[in-house]
Amino acid sequence: MTDIAENGTEAVRGVAVTLNGRVIDAQPGELVINAAERAGVYIPRFCHHPRMQPVGMCRMCIVEIDTGRGPALLPSCMIPVAEGMVVETESPVTRKAQDGVLEFLLVNHPLDCPVCDKGGECPLQDQTVAFGPGESRFVEEKRHHEKPIAISDVVQLDRERCILCDRCTRFAKTVAGDPLISFVNRGNETEVNTFPDHPFASYFSGNTVQICPVGALTATPYRFKARPWDLDQVESTCTSCSVGCRVAVESSSNQLVRYLGVDVDAVNWGWLCDKGRFDFEAVNSENRLARPLARQGDDLVEVSWSDALTKAASALGGAKERHGSSSIAVVGGARLTNEEAYAWSKLARSVLGTDSVDAQMGDGLPSDVVLGLPRATIDETCAAGTVVLLGPDLKEELPILYLRLRDAVVNHGLNVIEISASQTSMTRYAAVSLRYRPGEAAVLVQELFEHAGDVDVQADLGRARALLEANNVVCVLGRPSVAERADSVVQAALRLRSRVPGMRFLSALRRANIHGALDMGLSPGMLPGRVSLEEGREVFTEAWGQLPGSVGLDTAGVLRAAAEGRIQALILVGADPLADFPDRDLARRGVAGAGFVLAVDCFATDSVRQADVVLPAVSYAEKAGTTTNIEGRVSRLHQKVTAPGTTRPDWMIACDLAERLGGDLGFETAEAIWDEIERLAPAHSGLTAQRLASSEGLEGIVAAGPSSILETTMDVTATATLPVDGYSLRLVSTRKLYDNGTLVQQSPSLAPLAPGEVVRANPADLDRLGVASNDRVRVASSRGAVVAPVEADAAVARGTVLLAFNQSGSGAADLIDVSLPVTEVRVETVGIGDREVSG
Amino acid sequence: MGRLNAGNVALAHEIIGRYPRTKSALIPLLHLAQEQDGWVSDEAMVHIAELLDLTPSEVLGTCSFYEMFKREPVGRYLVNVCTSIACMLGGGDELLEHCEKSLGLTPGATTADGLFTLNEVECIAACTEAPCLQVNYRYFHRITNEEVDALFADLRAGGRSGEIPPHGTLTRVRQQVDPQRWDGRGGEGLPEERS
Ligand code: SF4
Ligand code: SF4
Ligand code: FES
Ligand code: FES
Repeated sequence: MTDIAENGTEAVRGVAVTLNGRVIDAQPGELVINAAERAGVYIPRFCHHPRMQPVGMCRMCIVEIDTGRGPALLPSCMIPVAEGMVVETESPVTRKAQDGVLEFLLVNHPLDCPVCDKGGECPLQDQTVAFGPGESRFVEEKRHHEKPIAISDVVQLDRERCILCDRCTRFAKTVAGDPLISFVNRGNETEVNTFPDHPFASYFSGNTVQICPVGALTATPYRFKARPWDLDQVESTCTSCSVGCRVAVESSSNQLVRYLGVDVDAVNWGWLCDKGRFDFEAVNSENRLARPLARQGDDLVEVSWSDALTKAASALGGAKERHGSSSIAVVGGARLTNEEAYAWSKLARSVLGTDSVDAQMGDGLPSDVVLGLPRATIDETCAAGTVVLLGPDLKEELPILYLRLRDAVVNHGLNVIEISASQTSMTRYAAVSLRYRPGEAAVLVQELFEHAGDVDVQADLGRARALLEANNVVCVLGRPSVAERADSVVQAALRLRSRVPGMRFLSALRRANIHGALDMGLSPGMLPGRVSLEEGREVFTEAWGQLPGSVGLDTAGVLRAAAEGRIQALILVGADPLADFPDRDLARRGVAGAGFVLAVDCFATDSVRQADVVLPAVSYAEKAGTTTNIEGRVSRLHQKVTAPGTTRPDWMIACDLAERLGGDLGFETAEAIWDEIERLAPAHSGLTAQRLASSEGLEGIVAAGPSSILETTMDVTATATLPVDGYSLRLVSTRKLYDNGTLVQQSPSLAPLAPGEVVRANPADLDRLGVASNDRVRVASSRGAVVAPVEADAAVARGTVLLAFNQSGSGAADLIDVSLPVTEVRVETVGIGDREVSG
Repeated sequence: MGRLNAGNVALAHEIIGRYPRTKSALIPLLHLAQEQDGWVSDEAMVHIAELLDLTPSEVLGTCSFYEMFKREPVGRYLVNVCTSIACMLGGGDELLEHCEKSLGLTPGATTADGLFTLNEVECIAACTEAPCLQVNYRYFHRITNEEVDALFADLRAGGRSGEIPPHGTLTRVRQQVDPQRWDGRGGEGLPEERS
């Protein structure tokens, strides 16, 4: 009632309930267990979970409830409040019932707390102490099961400890949509289990470990690593993708040991994906760069910070002096906090004098589109009239956004129109799913509005048109495939926008703090606070001393220029173009062609190994600051452990370099940087450190600053179909959650989960080409060739082949030429099964 | 053995079509699998999951809840001998012992020829007729040792097939009512003779 009353609309009267003799004011429809909790009375529970439907499974929450027909023992998690209801949570009858429930729950429980990971933070322990009988009358033999069985690569199940609360199984089915664990058998034999040889391979499996009220489910990365009372905890933000889930980071003896999801309404509702939950292992990795390195012939050898910085500064200074500022480029920055991105942006513009800075790796969207389109939050997207998905497979790239949208569809009837090149995890939840030929998204959107297109899709197009009539349409916009250029997708989005009044957008760019980096101006032509170089020229010239005269190059442009010998100094800030840039040939030529390469990174990636000087940076768990998620929501990042070796935060490295180059960024602390951002960046004005640190900042605050960029630079006109070559298929390349990226590969629990390189194509196309499923095929483009096994997959649209980006093997990057609108490939058999066929 | 055969797949689709929600066909399809093979194999469960757009785990969850779906091969004849209290007083234990000897089995086991599986069961609701047993859920009331021997001998010889079909058989007569006549809304459209 309060919310509504505060909004000044209608004040709804609450429901009067007598709780332990005191009258409380409950909300209509509220469950007794929740109403009591809000009134400060905790009713014990196991199965009840605030983010899932009640099931009344464990009976622990049983209390005496009188609804006018005399008191009865009822499960308070199943009973909504009613006017005049009388609830007794501490009466002798309630006590006895709770005693009995606990005694029963413990009948089969092994009571192996001393060797149980949950011991010390276990609801079963705690509630037994608080509400239990203290002694058991059970003298018979307990039920026995094999001690933990692996139900997935990361989750172990000890069935003896399970109290059958249905939290994990309910989560898998209703929240994750991956019902791979179920109750098996019945009565005393009931257990949680998977189907034989069908493991609980869900991207969200770690959540079941977090919500299991006993020690039945444990996660491999944490098992036996620490006891709860040894753990140190801070609240922070996940940076493994750009959803920005809130997390509790836990360490023991300066080692990260566990991440838990923190429940914030606006973002993750307490859930995390397994990548975000477990990839902290990479932070603990022994392969972390700990000391600066400098090239000596073919080798990188350890040097002091002072030597490394002097070397780097003299190369940068020399390049600037001899070839001008435009011969210097900064690529990367999504790994940085907002403060660090700002420092690098300032270093590049005011000290190095270059505008060739880009945090995107050629796999995103133009920054003016990302920053300039009107925005929607995750909540607003879930509550929209219709949502258009025009981007990657959300389950693979932004897992918790997928969970939120799935929930909106399944539980609240959200209508989703999917526009994609092949089926995705959202296809089954979409009201309409439309396929476009790679490179021709804009053509499809044009057909949609002009009633054109093939007859067989007319019905779908019609339904989509009808759904777009809804009030309040939001488009989730990202890059559906890196094997096509971004143009057509951008045109499609802008055309949608021009036809659907008031349409808003939610970005689906995946990389860590990419939105913070763009907001801080790590993109050519952009300055901090979502203003263009020209708009911000006056303010920032005054604050920073100087700005580059003209707009610089993006990553593709930088690599091209470098390949042609026009980049004398290339700075890679947490960037690995050799692995992440869609066109490996260009990346290779670019990195090799740059006169001098400075890498600032946590790991010796392929690109870092090519560098002349390497500066080791601290990772996200070792620094404080802020990050910005897909919504533009700024949340705080907290330091949990101390960094290895002599690593430094990226902002400090920027300051150090500035100083050696005779400049001064003027920062002593990361906090000082935030103050400058708040002062200068238009979109961040008013977002003070105090506000972020207050309770308001707990779920992050959306920087909803204005932007007028879009209106000035966009061209929606040219839309053309591309010529079709009957012998070729068009490549679609997207990411899988687990790939060959550093975080996954340096996390021993996750690395084996990367699916590896597989080519997927529609069975009809394979038939036509005379290729059989499981053959080894050669996929060749104008750029290069890849040999990998092929699988027939009806989910892949006809005329296309799917090859995930950055898996082990040579990968799609060998096929893609970023100068072409699409990647046409030919597929031919080179081997059957494991056998190579010659010729 | 295993996945549903072509005829049963066609039947499965027909059954699925009878329900507003695909998932509702789960138990009927488990029966179909058990009718085909005499038990429900993992392969059958995987196949049913595919047909119903469920996961194998969901199919297993339901299948394993019901004692009468057998997830291990059982004999062509499933012999259930009741030893609950009324039968115990009426000679159920002796009856079970006789069956064990006659078949050469301990409860839970299956004969090498795959013909008989013997089970000891709780009350099968024929207490007034103790001692009693079931063969493929067909009742034999107040049965004597001699009658048991005769029954097993008949079954071994391939007799009584009209009375006792192989384990898993749901029905020997497929009835086909024109769907137009039972379109499922509260009795309207039921065959005239029943409405
Ligand atoms: S494993 Fe844990 S969460 Fe799952 S049913 Fe058992 S006690 Fe509940
Ligand atoms: S969805 Fe993204 S932000 Fe959330 S836990 Fe996963 S990786 Fe982290
Ligand atoms: S918490 Fe209410 S029955 Fe489990
Ligand atoms: S006790 Fe045997 S049928 Fe009831």
